Amino acid sequence: MTGETHYGEGSDVFERIKTMMQFTPQGRALGFELTRLEGSKVCGRVPYKPELVGDPETGVIAGGVITTFLDQLSGMATVLVMNEPSMVATIDIRIDYMRAATPGRDVMAEAHCYKIGRNVAFVRAIAYEDSLDNPIAHATSTFMVNATRKIGANLREKKS
Amino acid sequence: MTPQEHLAAALARVPYATFLGVRAELKGDELTLVLPFADHLVGNPMLPALHGGVVAALMELTAITQLAIASKSAKFPKTIDVGFDYLRSGKPVDTYARARVVKIGRRIANVQAEAWQGQRDQPIAAMHGHFLVSEEERVVSGE
Repeated sequence: MTGETHYGEGSDVFERIKTMMQFTPQGRALGFELTRLEGSKVCGRVPYKPELVGDPETGVIAGGVITTFLDQLSGMATVLVMNEPSMVATIDIRIDYMRAATPGRDVMAEAHCYKIGRNVAFVRAIAYEDSLDNPIAHATSTFMVNATRKIGANLREKKS
Repeated sequence: MTPQEHLAAALARVPYATFLGVRAELKGDELTLVLPFADHLVGNPMLPALHGGVVAALMELTAITQLAIASKSAKFPKTIDVGFDYLRSGKPVDTYARARVVKIGRRIANVQAEAWQGQRDQPIAAMHGHFLVSEEERVVSGE
């Protein structure tokens, strides 16, 4: 990466990453928003919505929403540190829950790809409401980089 | 309604399960969650592929419901940590998940889950996780 242009450089980078976030139907359905880029960190928000509740008794947002959000943000953080953007695919993601999300509150998160190689990227992400010091969840993930496949690859028969 | 059927019904009342379109099928005490394909579940529209988070959510919902059944608790357990391994790209077809409760301790349970599409022996993703089980709940239900 030395001396080369990163995808994450240039004045329009925020718009490009935002477009990437809106490219995902599930991200749009959940209402994901890109809030800011801070160096190589990607920061975003999931607005609280009653239909995303995982426990009707408490009104706490479902763990699956947090997983999807952290996975999405982590993938975007990976693309941000690439020289040439490519598709990425999650190899694995582990989520630790420190506490339940507060009912009625939007969930914020930031993701940082702290190492990218030719094949694999390593990412950390944290979900919170007001402060990183009071996290809801922490995610550690690895991504396959250059995972670009042909358009419509999943529509063809065979291959698994 | 049997206690197991109660839990399958409770899952149907979870707003997020409705948002995904998840349906529960129960055979005795074994639960299968079915996630019919829908456009809003897609992560990568070019392939198209299901969002990894959706497949993860399906397995986690399966795990907590199967654990509630196994621990005879009326409440869903709380997630402590979950790890998801992605094995194949999720195609734009129906997805299924089942979970196996490996161990229920006094406070913590260990659960594994798998998600598959066309063939059961070709899982698209796997989950393993730890969940907090409430001791009182089980005492009340006569454990």
